[in-house]
Amino acid sequence: MSETQSLRAWLLTDTPTSRRHARLSAIYQGWLSLRSNTMAMVGLGILVMLVFIAAAAPIIAPHDPFVQDLGNRLAPLGTEGHIFGTDSLGRDILSRLIYGARITLYIVALVALIAPVVGLLVGTVSGYVGGWPDLILMRITDIFLAFPRLVLALAFVAALGAGIENAVLAISLTAWPPYARMARAETLTIRTSDYISAIKLQGAGPFRIITKHIWPLCISSLIVRVTLDMAGIILAAAGLGFLGLGAQPPSPEWGAMISEGRRFILDHWWVATMPGLAIFTVSLAFNLLGDGLRDVLDPKAGE
Amino acid sequence: MALTNDTNGGHLRVPLPAWLKTTFLTLGSIAVTLLGLLFITFIIGRVMPIDPVLAIVGERASQETYDAVYHQLGLDKPLLVQFLYYLWDVLHLDFGTSLLNARPVSEDIARVFPATMELATLGIIIGVVLGVPLGVLAAVRKGSWIDQVARVLALVGYSMPIFWLGLMGLLVFYGILGWVGGPGRVGIFYIDVVPQVTGMILIDAAIDGNWDVFKDAFSHIILPASLLGYYSLAYISRMTRSFMLEQLSAEYITTARVKGMSEWNVVWKHAFKNIRVQLITVIALSYAGLLEGSVLTEIIFSWPGIGSYITTALLSADMNAVLGGTVVVGLIFILLNIFSDLLYKVFDPRAK
Repeated sequence: MSETQSLRAWLLTDTPTSRRHARLSAIYQGWLSLRSNTMAMVGLGILVMLVFIAAAAPIIAPHDPFVQDLGNRLAPLGTEGHIFGTDSLGRDILSRLIYGARITLYIVALVALIAPVVGLLVGTVSGYVGGWPDLILMRITDIFLAFPRLVLALAFVAALGAGIENAVLAISLTAWPPYARMARAETLTIRTSDYISAIKLQGAGPFRIITKHIWPLCISSLIVRVTLDMAGIILAAAGLGFLGLGAQPPSPEWGAMISEGRRFILDHWWVATMPGLAIFTVSLAFNLLGDGLRDVLDPKAGE
Repeated sequence: MALTNDTNGGHLRVPLPAWLKTTFLTLGSIAVTLLGLLFITFIIGRVMPIDPVLAIVGERASQETYDAVYHQLGLDKPLLVQFLYYLWDVLHLDFGTSLLNARPVSEDIARVFPATMELATLGIIIGVVLGVPLGVLAAVRKGSWIDQVARVLALVGYSMPIFWLGLMGLLVFYGILGWVGGPGRVGIFYIDVVPQVTGMILIDAAIDGNWDVFKDAFSHIILPASLLGYYSLAYISRMTRSFMLEQLSAEYITTARVKGMSEWNVVWKHAFKNIRVQLITVIALSYAGLLEGSVLTEIIFSWPGIGSYITTALLSADMNAVLGGTVVVGLIFILLNIFSDLLYKVFDPRAK
C-alpha cells in the first residue's frame, strides 16, 4: 500500500526532478481528471472492449463468420446458437459483427495514422516556412476543405476502385485538411515565442525546431481532434461499405452488412439493425471519449 | 497595372481602397478554389482505370476507329492542354455524355437536382425551426433537463449512421405503423400527374392545385426530410447554445437584467439579436452539409436526386456522370461557403 502511496505522491509532485518526471506527472493528472468524467470513461470502456473483441475474435466468436448454412437462413433473434440471428446466407450475425470489429479498427487505425500525420507535416511546414510555400499549401488545403467530404471520397474510390485500402486512402485524403489548418495555427503562435528564438541562437536548424519543439506542442490538440473525428471516419467508412465501395463481400464489414440486410428490412429487420447498432455504439464511444479528452487537454474549447 | 508600377517606383503611392482590395482578394481566392476543384476532378478522371475510348467505341472496334476517337477526345495532347479543354467544357456546362443513357450529363443533373433541393430545403427548415429554439432554451436553462435532452440528441445525431437511421425510420414509420409513404417521391398512381414547373413535386402540386398529389408527396418526403432535419438540428442546436452562452455571460446582459428587463426581452431582443449573423452562417454551412448527407439518404429512400444519380453512375462506371455530379455538388458547396463568409463580413462589423 505504501508503495502505491509514494508512487502517487511522486506523480503528483509540484517539483518534478526530471523532464520525464514532469511529463509522467502531467499525464497522470490528466488521467485523474479524465477519470472523473463518467461519460468519457464509458466511452473508453467500450473502446477497450472493442479492441479486446477484435483481438480475441477467433476465440469469442461462436461460429465461423463466413460459413453459410442455407437451411438456417434469416433465423430471428434469440435462435438457439445464434443470439443475433442469421443473415440471408445463414451466417451467424454475432460472429460476423465480432470479426467486423477488426475491420473497423483497421480502417480507423490507418486513417488515424495517415490523415493527422499528413496534416501535421503540411501545417507545420506551412506555418514555419511562411511566404509562398505557405500560400500554396494553404490554398490546396482550402480546396480540399471546400469539397463535400463524402462526395470527394466517392469520386476517389470511383477512380481507385472499390476496396478497403482504397476507402482508407479516400477517407484520409478528405480528412487531413482540418489537421493542417490546426497545426499551422499552432505553429504560427509557437514560432514567434522567445524559447524558439533561444534555440535558434543556439544553432538549431528548422528541421530540429519543427520536429523537436513544434510537433510535441501540437500533439495534444491533434489527439483531441483525431478522437472526435474518429466517429466521422467510422461513419464515412460504413457509408462507403454500404454503397458497395468499401470492403467487399463476403467481408463482414458493418456498413456492407447493413447494405445486405436492407433488402429484408421489412420482414427480417435484425439483419440490418444489429450492425447499425454496432456502428452507433462505437462512434458514440469515440464521441464521448473525445469530449472528455477535450475537457482535459484543451479546456478552452469546451462549452 | 499603372498603379503597381507607381508603387514600385516609390514616389507616387496610390493605395487601393480597402474594400476594393478585399473584393479582389476574395474573388481571387474563389477563382483559385474553383480551379482547384476542377483540377482535382480532372485528375480523378485521368487516373481512373477505365479507358474512356474503349468505353465509347466498345471492345471490338478497329484500331483506326480507336485512334480516331482517341484523337477526337484530345487524349494525344499534353495534360495541361487537356485540362484547358476540360475547363472550357465545364464553363459551358458541358460535362460530356452519360455512358448509360447517351444523354448530356448536364441535362440529367438539371433533371435530378430539384429533387435533392426539395429534400434538403425541407430538411433545413425542420432543422432550423426545431434546432434554434432548442439551442436557445438549452443555453438559457443551462444544466436543466432540456439542456441534457439537447445534448443527448446532438450526441446521438453525431454518432448515428444516417443510412441506418433511415432504414430504421422506414421499418418503424412505414413498415410497422404505416404513417408515411414508402420509398420514392410519390405513390405509383401519382407519378407524372402534375405538370412539371419547378421539378419540386410539393410546389408543382400546389401550383396545379392538386392537393391529393401534394398530400401523397408530403407523406413520402416527410421521413427523409425529418432525417436530414435531425442531423442539421444536432449541429444547429449545439452551435446556437454555445453562441447564446457567450452572449448571456456578457456584461450588457447583466445590465439589462439589472435594469429590470423581462427575461423574454433579455433573451430574444438582446442576446438572440446578436447571434443572428453567426447563426445564419451556421445554417448556410449545414445546408451545404445536407446536400452531402442527402447522398446516403437518397439511396435509402430511392429518392431520384443527385446523390442517387452519382452513386448509380459510380456503380456502372459512368465516369462523366460521376465527375459532372461531383463538380456540381462541389460548386454548390463552395458557393454556400462563400455566401456564409460574405454574410458574416457584411453584417458583423467586427469582421471588417
